[in-house]
Amino acid sequence: MKTSNTIHFSRRSFLQTSSLASGGMLIGFNLFTACKEEVKPPIDLSLLDYNDFNAFIKISNEGKVTIFAPNPEIGQGVKTSMPMLIAEELDVAWKDVNVVQGALDTKNYARQVAGGSQSLRQGWLPLRQTGATARQMLVNAAATKWGITPSECTTKEGVISNANGDTLGYGDVVQEAALLDVPDDVKLKDPKTFSIIGQDINNVDIDKIVTGKPLFGLDYKREGMLYASVLRPPSFGQILESFDDSKARAVEGVVKVVKFGNKIAVLANNTWTAMKGKKALKANWKQDTKAESTEFHDETLLGLLNGKSFKTLRKDGNVKKAFAEADQVLERTYETPFVPHNCMEPMNFFANVTADKIELVGPIQTPAGTAARIAKMLGRNVSEVTLEMTRMGGGFGRRLYGDFAMEAAEVSHLAKSPVKVVFSREDDMTDGIYRPAIKYKIAASIKDGKLTGYHLKEAAINSNMYGLIPNFFPAGAVENYQVDVANYKSNITTGAWRAPYTNVLASCEQSFFDELAELMEIDRIQLHLDLLQNVKGTTDDRIQYSPERLEGVIKMAVEKSNWGKSAESVYQGFSVYYCHNTHVAEVADIIMDNGIPVVKKVTVAVDCGIVVNPLGAQNQVVGGVIDGIGHSMFGELTFNEGKPQSNNYDSYQLIRMNQTPHVDVHFIESDLAPTGLGEPTLPPIGGAVANAIYAATGKRLYKQPFMKNLDIEKVKG
Amino acid sequence: MPTFQLQINGESHTIEADNDTPLLWVLRDQIDLVGTKYGCGIGQCGACTVHIDGVATRSCLLQVSQLEDVEITTIEGLSEDGSHPVQEAWKALDVPQCGYCQSGQIMTASAFLSENSNPNKTEIRNAMHGNICRCASYNKIEKAVETAASKLS
Repeated sequence: MKTSNTIHFSRRSFLQTSSLASGGMLIGFNLFTACKEEVKPPIDLSLLDYNDFNAFIKISNEGKVTIFAPNPEIGQGVKTSMPMLIAEELDVAWKDVNVVQGALDTKNYARQVAGGSQSLRQGWLPLRQTGATARQMLVNAAATKWGITPSECTTKEGVISNANGDTLGYGDVVQEAALLDVPDDVKLKDPKTFSIIGQDINNVDIDKIVTGKPLFGLDYKREGMLYASVLRPPSFGQILESFDDSKARAVEGVVKVVKFGNKIAVLANNTWTAMKGKKALKANWKQDTKAESTEFHDETLLGLLNGKSFKTLRKDGNVKKAFAEADQVLERTYETPFVPHNCMEPMNFFANVTADKIELVGPIQTPAGTAARIAKMLGRNVSEVTLEMTRMGGGFGRRLYGDFAMEAAEVSHLAKSPVKVVFSREDDMTDGIYRPAIKYKIAASIKDGKLTGYHLKEAAINSNMYGLIPNFFPAGAVENYQVDVANYKSNITTGAWRAPYTNVLASCEQSFFDELAELMEIDRIQLHLDLLQNVKGTTDDRIQYSPERLEGVIKMAVEKSNWGKSAESVYQGFSVYYCHNTHVAEVADIIMDNGIPVVKKVTVAVDCGIVVNPLGAQNQVVGGVIDGIGHSMFGELTFNEGKPQSNNYDSYQLIRMNQTPHVDVHFIESDLAPTGLGEPTLPPIGGAVANAIYAATGKRLYKQPFMKNLDIEKVKG
Repeated sequence: MPTFQLQINGESHTIEADNDTPLLWVLRDQIDLVGTKYGCGIGQCGACTVHIDGVATRSCLLQVSQLEDVEITTIEGLSEDGSHPVQEAWKALDVPQCGYCQSGQIMTASAFLSENSNPNKTEIRNAMHGNICRCASYNKIEKAVETAASKLS
């Protein structure tokens, strides 16, 4: 990466500035203009409100700086870290910056999305360029005023100075600056001179969070709004045959009952009454498509794994031949269950559909796609839709899907009233879009003490692995390598769940490598380091990971965890993975407490390039690790006749504080561009935990959740 | 519909609601005190924790009809300006990720510390066990309770 360079914008329209009627300057920019050539920013910025661009800087005549955070905030910290990038290059003091959540840009600009751990990675240059451009314009205005060249000016914390000792605040020149042409090239700071990036910066909403101010979708209110509680089919594959709403309508406070599709919404003046009204509905359901149970999924997926209906996603060399010629073959099957997202804030959305407009407010990871789908559903033009994003009480992938927003829009349209649809916890868990059940069969061939072949087969409900994932480790490291996938199309809705497609894959593969190293009688760390040697200098541009960076995190995790030198009562498990553009190695330390494995500590080494906000980054790393431990040890949603068998926290276990290890986080020092952290620390941890449990008990775990499938009594005995 | 007199954060409120309406929904929908969160409705997650006469209690399980003679404190009434030692510790350590569960965590922690201002780690972990944080900010919560305790004791 270039650390300090001059940026030439591919198009002048990347940025637009305008002087504000109220005084001051507004600089707006489209984050992804460079990626999407057909997008044209509006010509007259003064006619627009701030919502029409992806992000903004507003500077008032008093020098106050407002930065509009472009991307949805789900707890991953981008409402803080993305504005930090702008503020750094604008060269203002962070304490003088006010951050405001930007709303959806209805011109359909790309990637106003929270997902895939991509916000910082993709925003790194554009956001800095924007700040730097605004700074340059302010400097140019000051230089004109002083009759000197811009290069004779310096800036610091919102103040421009010259060699004579004169100073001007940004607010003093903002009016003039707004009238200048947008400069064609600006210089970005040398990372060595960063004063905001790399500092611990508190979450911008922290004061509101700790005092309970309204922030989340569930907190949103509008005069005259009705609360809707929706009855949906209790089992997958069912449709509504008939219903009787007389008892629901008799509940005092229930205003309306609206049927839409296979669902019935009860509308009331408050949430509790709407929920009570829903419980009073009598509905008859008919099984329309297959009623599936967990046993059926297990049999079906194992059948697929043992069958021949695979699609090959990557094939190097000849695995068949390698296996035929092998001295030894290791083949193992790994099984993982469905899991719900369980965001602490249940799904909800506000909609007000009227003849002239569609107003949407709520927690959503994909505002643009959702607005477009709602416009299409109601036969309206997307330009009639406004969407305001609230802070989200967790996302984990669930809020990528706008089903709840579409429900709100449809109910508002039918009821001719502003409506907020509120899921109960039971609705949230049983009307989910789950991480699908997935099974893997992994086989390796060994010849003359070397790993010669690796064959990964996946069988998943609906769909899972795709795209670039077959090019993750160990692709490229083994001469004969093949990845095959097979799917069963189910009527149970599935989708992305934190670190989708690799969240359980990494856990299974890293358990396999532990067992493989044992069989090969090689140290498990050394096995990885040896394999990475094979990838160095590769000309295969499909390979996604960097062997050098994986090696870096492995060595750091080994050193920081005291690998191999822990106390006698402590058992360690190792795991390493690359996904979401970030390289991570982890060591889990467990102890046995009365025959039960307890994860006491996890050491994490992370290479995510430059760490923009160490405080927020630490939170993401620790959160991902503990979330991964919780779900690999306890998480499971089973089905009986199409019906989810858990519906609340009395029948579904999420990890709690006294099951939580201390997570010790180490970042690789780097001057490379940052990559995301919302997801990549989660996938490897299941492997580290399984390997540590093996070290302690001698029992290999092939099935999640571990605590259910680890025969505790046997382990105790 | 019956009416009830409730003492919330030092103020008296007259509420019209069914007997069985949980305090949680009275606070959120009728008094606009939305800092108290809905998470599960069955007392399992702790997001709705308030103080009843100083004791941490799940507001989703309290019926409005049971509450006429008690003093209710919500996150909005814990301090005037977010300066309670527990709130200060939460800010200093930047505890929240999504932030949704945190008012419940703070209410549990503050009631616990008023009973035991010098807890050990095990006592903290057990006291906070009833509050789920789906983002798993548990390490920071634990540390923040310790930090607040050191200011209180």
